[in-house]
Amino acid sequence: MPGLGTTFGRGGATTAQQDLVNADAILIIGSSMAEAHPVGFRWVVKAREAGALVIHVDPRFSRTSALADLWAPIRAGSDIAFFGGLIHYVLSHDLAFREYVVAYTNASMLVREDFKGPDDLDGLFSGWHAASQAYDPASWQYDRDDEGRPRRDPTLKHPRCIYQQLVRHFARYTPEMVERVCGLPRETFLNVARRYVERPGPDRTGTICYAVGLTQHSTGAQIIRSAAILQLLLGNVGRPGGGILALRGHASIQGSTDIPTLYDLLPGYLPMPAFGPESATLARYIVKHRQPAGMWAGFDRYIVSLLAAWYGPGSREHDFGFEWLPRISGDHSHQGYWLDMADGRIDGLFVMGQNPAVGAPNAALERRALARLEWLVVRDMVEVETATFWKDSPEVRSGELVPDRIGTEVFFVPAAGHAEKEGTFTNTQRLLQWHEKAVDPPGDCRSDLWFVFHLGRRLKARAAADDRPWNAGLRALTWHYPTRGPHDEPESEAVLLEINGWRTSDREPLGGSGELAADGSTSCGCWIYSGVYPRAGDNRARDRRPQGPYGHGWGYAWPADRRILYNRASARPDGRPWSERKKLVWWDERQAEWTGLDTPDFPRDTPPAYQPPPGASGLAALPGDAPFIMHADGLGWLWAPAGLKDGPLPAHYEPLESPLRNPVYPQQTNPAADRRERPDNPWASSPDPDFPHVLTTYRLTEHHTAGGMSRTLSRLAELQPALFCEISPELAERTGLRTGDRARVVTARGRIEAFALVTKRMRPLVIEGREVHQVALPWHFGPTGLATGDVVNDLVAMSEEPNVKIMESKALMCRVERSSVLSPGSPGPR
Amino acid sequence: MRSLVRRWPAIRQFLDGGDGTGREAMSARTRALAPKTSGASVSRSVCPYCAVGCGQLVYHRGGRLVAIEGDPASPISEGRLCPKGAASFELLTHGARATRVRYRAPFAREWQDLDAETALDMIAERVWRTRARGFLAARDGLPLMQCPNIAHLGGATLDNEENYLIKKLFAGGLGMVAISNQARI
Repeated sequence: MPGLGTTFGRGGATTAQQDLVNADAILIIGSSMAEAHPVGFRWVVKAREAGALVIHVDPRFSRTSALADLWAPIRAGSDIAFFGGLIHYVLSHDLAFREYVVAYTNASMLVREDFKGPDDLDGLFSGWHAASQAYDPASWQYDRDDEGRPRRDPTLKHPRCIYQQLVRHFARYTPEMVERVCGLPRETFLNVARRYVERPGPDRTGTICYAVGLTQHSTGAQIIRSAAILQLLLGNVGRPGGGILALRGHASIQGSTDIPTLYDLLPGYLPMPAFGPESATLARYIVKHRQPAGMWAGFDRYIVSLLAAWYGPGSREHDFGFEWLPRISGDHSHQGYWLDMADGRIDGLFVMGQNPAVGAPNAALERRALARLEWLVVRDMVEVETATFWKDSPEVRSGELVPDRIGTEVFFVPAAGHAEKEGTFTNTQRLLQWHEKAVDPPGDCRSDLWFVFHLGRRLKARAAADDRPWNAGLRALTWHYPTRGPHDEPESEAVLLEINGWRTSDREPLGGSGELAADGSTSCGCWIYSGVYPRAGDNRARDRRPQGPYGHGWGYAWPADRRILYNRASARPDGRPWSERKKLVWWDERQAEWTGLDTPDFPRDTPPAYQPPPGASGLAALPGDAPFIMHADGLGWLWAPAGLKDGPLPAHYEPLESPLRNPVYPQQTNPAADRRERPDNPWASSPDPDFPHVLTTYRLTEHHTAGGMSRTLSRLAELQPALFCEISPELAERTGLRTGDRARVVTARGRIEAFALVTKRMRPLVIEGREVHQVALPWHFGPTGLATGDVVNDLVAMSEEPNVKIMESKALMCRVERSSVLSPGSPGPR
Repeated sequence: MRSLVRRWPAIRQFLDGGDGTGREAMSARTRALAPKTSGASVSRSVCPYCAVGCGQLVYHRGGRLVAIEGDPASPISEGRLCPKGAASFELLTHGARATRVRYRAPFAREWQDLDAETALDMIAERVWRTRARGFLAARDGLPLMQCPNIAHLGGATLDNEENYLIKKLFAGGLGMVAISNQARI
C-alpha cells in the first residue's frame, strides 16, 4: 500500500489485467502468476503470443517460468538488489525516458543540503535516532526557496537534484553486486536488463506484475518502491501496457483496504486519528492531514462526509462525531495485538473468514494465544482449525494443551457463501463487481452483513439503556438498514448506497466525490467509491455490458471508473499522445476536454498549458501537465520526501535471517524493522550453521490460503492431497532425501514434516563463492480436512516491516533433514 | 407388431433417413436429454477465491444450486475458471460444510448445539461486559475512546458492504482498535 501509494498516490494496481496485451515486455517477480492467478495469466499468454517479452524472476522454476522467455532465479529476499541493478543499468546507460521523467516525476527537485545517504552513513539515511529506533525525515525534504517552492533543475545536472541522488545511490548496484547478493550470474542479469529496458520511450511500454513474494519482507514497502522507481524512469506509468499490477490473493483484499478492516485507516485511506494533541479535535486532525493542492485538499470534505454517514448529520455539535472515534495509541496490528493476546491482555476476539491457526506467522504462538482468551467468535464455512484449536490443535495432540484447562468460550457461527448473499468484491484491478444471491444459505449459515447488523442492533439497544458518556457514539451510530426475508437479512444495496453517499437533505445519491461538502450537507461512507451508485436504482457494480478495450460498462473501477490510473501521463505534456500505438487519453482541442479510450484521471476541462494562479487550491492548484493528482506536487515520486518510515529511497538490507552479511552496506538489516524477538518468537543468527538453507513459502493452484475454502473439497484434495517440500537434486544428495521420503524442516521457531519432492525446478545458487540452497513449501496445509499436512507457518517468525507491519515470511533460514518417523495425521501419497 | 419392428434401432434409422450418425441414431430418452442447467435460473456472480475476479454464472432451480460455470461475457475471464473456481459449486454444497451454530463452554471437551438468536444474545452480552471492563475514555486529559481488550481479524474474503459495517460498528461504535485482516500492502 505505501509502496505504490507513496510513489504514485494511490494504494492500488495502476492498471487492468486486460491491459497486459498492450505491453511490449512483462516482468513477473515475487509471483507465480500462472499458478496463483491462472485466469489472469491468460492475458500474459495473449501478450506473449502478440510478441511481448515475458520475464519471470523467482527462486522457483514454476509453470510461470515455463511460459516465460527468460527465467532469472534469485535468492529470496534479494529483490531490492535486483531492482537496484536494473535502475543502475538504466541510469548508467542514460536510458531513462527523459521527457517523461523531467515532466512527470520529481527528478528535477533539489533535496536539502543536510541529507546524507547510506553511502555516507554505513547503510543508514540521515535522521536515524537510535534511542527511538526511528527516522526523523526532516533532511529528506525538498530544498525550498523563500516562498516555500521546491528548487528545481530541469537539466537534471545539479548534484543535489533527485535524478543525481539516484545516480549516486544506485551506483553500488552493479551487475557484479547483483551477482553477489542475488546469486544471479551477471550475464543472465544483463540479458534481463537489456531486454526489459530496451528502447524506452514514446512507443514502448512494460508492465511489472507482483504478488506477496515481493511484499512479505522486512523491506516489503521499499521493494515495491524500487519496482515503482524503475517504472517511472522508463515512463511506464499511466500508459497502455505499462504500470504495476499488484496481484492480490483474496476476492476482495483490495476492497478490505479501501474500506479497511484495518487498525490504522478509515475508509478511503483516511488515517485513523492517533492519540495526542494533533487529533484532539476535528479541526486539528484536518489541519494535520489536509494538503494545499491535489486531491487531498478535499480531506475535510471526505472526513466530515464519512462522519455524517456514521453518526448522522445531527452529530454536528460533537465535531460530527469525531470526538467518539477511537484514537490509535500503539501497535494494534495483527501481530502486535496477537502478542498482547499471548500475554493475556486481549479478552475477546472475532475471527471472520480467516484462519490464523494455520495462516498466520508463528502459527503455534497464535494458537497458544487463543487459549488465553475469555471468548472467541469464529465465522467460516467449515470448522477451521482456529475454531477447533481447543480440541485438535497440534498442541492438544501433543498434550501441551489440555481441553480441560482451556477456559476459552468458543462460538462458531457458520457463514453464507458467495452465491448465498449479495454484495460487491473489489478485484485486483480496483474493479467493484456485484455478485447476486442465487439461493438461501443452508441451516444457520448467514452472511456477515446479517451477523454484524444484528449484533449491532443488540448492542445499540444496550447503549440506549446505558447513558455512560462513552456510549454516546454507539447511540448515535446510524443503523437503519432495510431487511427482508424470514431472517431479517439487511439489504446490501442500502449499505452500498451509504458507501456511495447522498445529500443529507433529501437522500439524493451523489454522482462522485467532487460533490462532497465539509459542512454535513453530504454523507459518504467511502469517498473513493463515490459514484458507484450515482442514481437511485443505478448500481454500477451490477453493470454487465462491457465495451471497448478496458471493459467499461462491466462493473465499476475506483476512482470514477478510471481503468488505468494516472492516464494523463499517456499524453505528452502538450496533451498529444506520445505515439499512435500507445495512445490512451489525450486533449481534444476542439471540444476543449480530455478524451480517449479510458475515463481521464484528470480534471476533464483543465487544458495541458494551464498554470495555477497564486492562491489556487485543490486540483486547481495543479498545472495542466501534472498527472499524479493525489500528490500536492502532481508528480510521480522517484524520491519519497514523506510517507515512509525507512528511507526516501530503497536500500538493500538482508532479510532478518540471512545466509550472509550484507554485501552492500555495513548495516545488516532494515534498521526500522522489528523482530518482535521473545522466547516464543526466537531468531537464528545470520549466518547460522544450524540453519544453512533459505526457506520460502508459496501457493498452489489447487488450494487457497489457509485452506478453509479448499482443503475440505474432494476434487481439490485429490489434486493436491498433502504437504510437500520441494528441494533440488543437489540438496537431496546432501540430505539423502528422495522423492516420497519424509523430510523434516527445522527453523529457530519449530519443526514440521513433509514429503520430499526432488526436482530440478529448485537449484542451488552460488553466492560469494558458496553454494546456497533454497527450500520452498506451500503453506495451505493443516491438521484437518481432506488434504492435510503440518502447519508451515509454525516455521515462520512474527516480525514487522516498519510501514505496514507485514511479516517476513518469504525469506527465512532453515535446515532440512531426513525423518525416520511418519508424522501423525499425515496421509501417504495417494 | 409393425410398430414394434419400427422401433428396432437399425430399422428405425433406415426408415427415418440419414446415415445413422445424426439424431436418428438417438433413442427417445437420449433425445429428451437436456443440459442440467436447462431451464434453471441464472445469477451473475464473481469467483470467491483469488482477486482476479472471474465472472461466474450460478444456475439454480427451486432454491437449490444446480451448477456454477464461468461467465463468457466477463471481459476479465471470458468464461474461464481455474481449478478452485471450478470447485466453487462443491464449496457451497459439500458434506463437510458447517451449517449449525456450535458452542464450546469453557473447559469443555466437545461442541454443543446452540440456537442462532441465543448465540447472538450471548455474544452481545460478552461484548458489552468485556467492553465496559476495558474501556479507556481519555488519557492525560486527551480523548482516547478506546476499547483495547476486544479484537477482530478478517475481511479480505468478505464483501465491501460487510467490511464497511464491521469497521463502522467495531471502530465507530464500540471503539475497538485491534482490527485487522489479511491485507498489509
